[in-house]
Amino acid sequence: MIPRLRMAVARLRGLLTRRAPDPEFDDELRAHLAELTELYITQGMTPGDAAWAARRQFGNSALLEEDRREMRTFPSLENLWHDLLFGARQLRLNPAFTAIAVLSLALGIGANTAIFELVNAVRLRSLPVEKPEDLAYVRFQKGSVRSGNFSTRSSMFTYALWQQIHAEHDSFEDSMAWSATRFNLAPGGEKRWAEGLYVSSNFFRVLGVQPILGRGPEAAGDQPGCASPGAIISYGFWQRQFAGDPDVLQRSVTLDGRPFPVLGVTPPSFFGVEVGNRYDVALPLCADQLMASDGKGRMSDTREWWLSVMGRLRPGWTVERTGVRFRTLSPVIMQAGLPVSYRPEDAKTFLKNKLEVVPGETGVSGLRREYEQPLWLLLATTGLVLLIACANLANLLLARASVRERDMAVRQAIGASRARLIAQLMAESLLLAILGTALGAALARLLSETLIAFLTTSNSGLYLGLGLDGRVLGFTAAIAVGTCVLFGLAPALRATRVAPASAMRAGGRGLTAGRERATLRRALVVAQVALSLVLLVGALLFVGSLRKLLAVDPGFRPQGVVAMDVDFARMHFPKDRRPGVFRELMDHVRSQPGVRAVAQVFFTPLSGNGWNDACWAGGSTGEHQESFFNRVSPGYFQTIGTTLAAGRDFNDRDTLSSPQVAIVNEAFAKRFFGGRNPVGSSFFVEGNSGVPDQRYEIVGLVHNVKYYEIREDFQPISYLPMAQDKDPDSAATFVIQSSLPPGDTIRSAKAAVAEINPAMDVEFTILTRQVEGSLLRDRLMADLAGAFGLLAGVLATLGLYGVIAYMVARRRNEIGIRIALGAGRFEVVRLVLREAAMLVGAGLAIGAGLSLGAGRAAASLLFGLLPNDLVTLASAMALLAFVALLASYGPAHRASGIQPMQTLREE
Amino acid sequence: MSKGRAAEPKKSEVLQGTLDLMILKTLHAMGPLHGFGIARRIEQISQEMLRLNEGTVYTSLLRLQQLGSIACAWGASENNRKAKFYSITAIGRKQLARETENWDRIAGVIGRVLRLEGHKVT
Repeated sequence: MIPRLRMAVARLRGLLTRRAPDPEFDDELRAHLAELTELYITQGMTPGDAAWAARRQFGNSALLEEDRREMRTFPSLENLWHDLLFGARQLRLNPAFTAIAVLSLALGIGANTAIFELVNAVRLRSLPVEKPEDLAYVRFQKGSVRSGNFSTRSSMFTYALWQQIHAEHDSFEDSMAWSATRFNLAPGGEKRWAEGLYVSSNFFRVLGVQPILGRGPEAAGDQPGCASPGAIISYGFWQRQFAGDPDVLQRSVTLDGRPFPVLGVTPPSFFGVEVGNRYDVALPLCADQLMASDGKGRMSDTREWWLSVMGRLRPGWTVERTGVRFRTLSPVIMQAGLPVSYRPEDAKTFLKNKLEVVPGETGVSGLRREYEQPLWLLLATTGLVLLIACANLANLLLARASVRERDMAVRQAIGASRARLIAQLMAESLLLAILGTALGAALARLLSETLIAFLTTSNSGLYLGLGLDGRVLGFTAAIAVGTCVLFGLAPALRATRVAPASAMRAGGRGLTAGRERATLRRALVVAQVALSLVLLVGALLFVGSLRKLLAVDPGFRPQGVVAMDVDFARMHFPKDRRPGVFRELMDHVRSQPGVRAVAQVFFTPLSGNGWNDACWAGGSTGEHQESFFNRVSPGYFQTIGTTLAAGRDFNDRDTLSSPQVAIVNEAFAKRFFGGRNPVGSSFFVEGNSGVPDQRYEIVGLVHNVKYYEIREDFQPISYLPMAQDKDPDSAATFVIQSSLPPGDTIRSAKAAVAEINPAMDVEFTILTRQVEGSLLRDRLMADLAGAFGLLAGVLATLGLYGVIAYMVARRRNEIGIRIALGAGRFEVVRLVLREAAMLVGAGLAIGAGLSLGAGRAAASLLFGLLPNDLVTLASAMALLAFVALLASYGPAHRASGIQPMQTLREE
Repeated sequence: MSKGRAAEPKKSEVLQGTLDLMILKTLHAMGPLHGFGIARRIEQISQEMLRLNEGTVYTSLLRLQQLGSIACAWGASENNRKAKFYSITAIGRKQLARETENWDRIAGVIGRVLRLEGHKVT
């Protein structure tokens, strides 16, 4: 090993100090030859013969000098450097080719890297905590049934259930709980939200996150009843809200009007345990009671589901083993955490629930659930685009390689080995790949930030740290090398396979010599057409799916409607005063210019919030079925643009003391009354344990309105009057229909509310945007699939154009002869187009097969279209065929204009 | 443009390796010599059975120099010509001893194999 090291050092020294010792060797050489000559002279030869014999005895000095030169350096490195220089010059001399090649590579690589960055952030990256592989997330197994109030996206367990899980110490070293929430930072007027968490006192400790300032939460925070708890804030929040004040621990943060002293600050890399969300402020669990509008909070209510749980595994315990343990413990846990309000049948079902444990290394994520599949699909799509770009480049390089045939032949004849020539050609490809990757990496960052901006709607902040980590770099580098090999190797192999003699023959374009080369180019074009058909079909499917979704009648008219959320918890109005305040508010807003109607409602359609219960028709003995519910004030249906089909709307006569009434929709009538007019009939709703079932009399039938999603079928909905709400909340939502543009409506409504009481918190949502927002994922897929399909089509068309032009050039003589013998223009055009049609046809056939096979991957994301929709396939094929043949017409037309005398003269 | 390695590299590597050894031995036995002197000495020792191209000596000399097995210095030859003299170093002596032992061992093994009568293994 040591000798080899010494050799390497010697070579390195030689590389760095090049020319110096060589003149010395020339002297040595000459001296040796001189002495040898003298020796032969003393042996009796003539001086001339002696000199000649000495030279012969010495051997090939040129070869010797070359060997010495090679020994003094790293030949492979030097060769690489020379190849790169040569390649760079070649690229500089062909700016158009270089620009097209680098651009198409950059787009392909950039798109791939951008999507992979997202996939990495959403799916693959571990949490920035200590030993994330030891974390596990506990949840209910699929098929578990539980009911109650699910108030946050973290609603997995009740407080009682968490305490049961926390008591398990065999498998978990410790377990922590959290709940996602929002806090209002603004003292009044329009709200300003901070992302919040309620956390157990060991939250940061279990994760292994050390505060960079101050300390963690107090232990007492896990029990109900805290007087003035402190808050832990994130690094980002510290910078934004406190401008990085070093004395932040002396200050406090005001949340929902209450001050909380700042206890500590977490490191910059920590954003929480949910991928796609970040946290700003963390309060202890007991603070939930302080912030609750009813003063009770969710800790003591066994029907409140609001906590998520993660634990750190003990050494020796795996996720699977822990899962088995929790499955075994489930009956005990369920029994101890059984909500007291459950009726006996519900309790029995509940006790059968099982818990399961999944790895917590990559955190939890609602974002992941919704976007994981589309992201992988998009990654596959961008991969195909890159393949098409590579095929284009390979074709271009093949064309150029055939031009450089003579060059290669001469080099081979002089003595270059095939390997060296291939290395030289590959160096050019490597340069292209490096340039394309560098540009692509820059594009990638731009692209992923655009995507994130697209995905962020005003209501749901999306926070994804797009750091450039090892995986992304490795991915990009692998793509660069892969593409370099893909488009560089085939042309390099081809170019050097030619026997030197035949290449140096005049023109080198015998009628049959080039046929073999053309096969590879045609195969590449067929592959390109096939792949772009797949992408085009995908694009049409997603765009078509989105069009169908947008065409779905949601059952109401969102145009011109604005939703207003008002919160007056701060005003501490007693419950009986609240309806009066609401009415006053509505009247005031209704009097604003342009406002046509105002009404109050629990949930607006497609808001993501909802409420359901089991009910049954009066007088029926059938099974209890689920229906959705909502509360509305009189005039609601008119405000959102739907109408009653029968019966009446709510009015002032429906009060707390009058019989409970309801208005149901057509789907409800179908499910519970067999489709007949239910006005005048009644239905019952299951009450909690110990509470009698509630009877409602149906006074109206309304048309169907979508509840949660546009994609769903119309659900049975039962509307109850706002006036008969026994427990009015301190927050209310109103819908305002106005003839003015939404901006003006919002301004005047805000002013109206401020006139009543400037300290009321208001938040506005434009209903059309809410509807659009519910289709966010579909819009993303349609836009991206459409863009990539278009890109692929353009690339494939360019590729086809190039190949047809090349083939026309190759067959110039043949065509010239045909024209000389009497072929008309039309016949020549037909000749060329037939060639093109064969290629396109083959590509379309293969592509059709591929897209039928690949379609299954996208099936669940489509709406109203099957992945093997024949109309879509046929349209895509027709479109691509038309564009392709159009592209081929150019060279065909030029071919028909060939002057026979010119081509024959070139012979 | 440099050529690739077209011919069989292995054969010349073996020959170069043995030439290195012969040069080391020569320098060890005879003291510092210049290139011409080394070539004459080898020719003399091999009793003129080994007629190699003398230029190859210089390739070996360069390699030995890079390995640190020999050192060089300018001096005057017998004819009072300026010549580069090569001498063996401590590293070179170690290499010589090691590779001589290797050679002897290999030669011994091969010799034993070649002297083996046709003994069949049952």
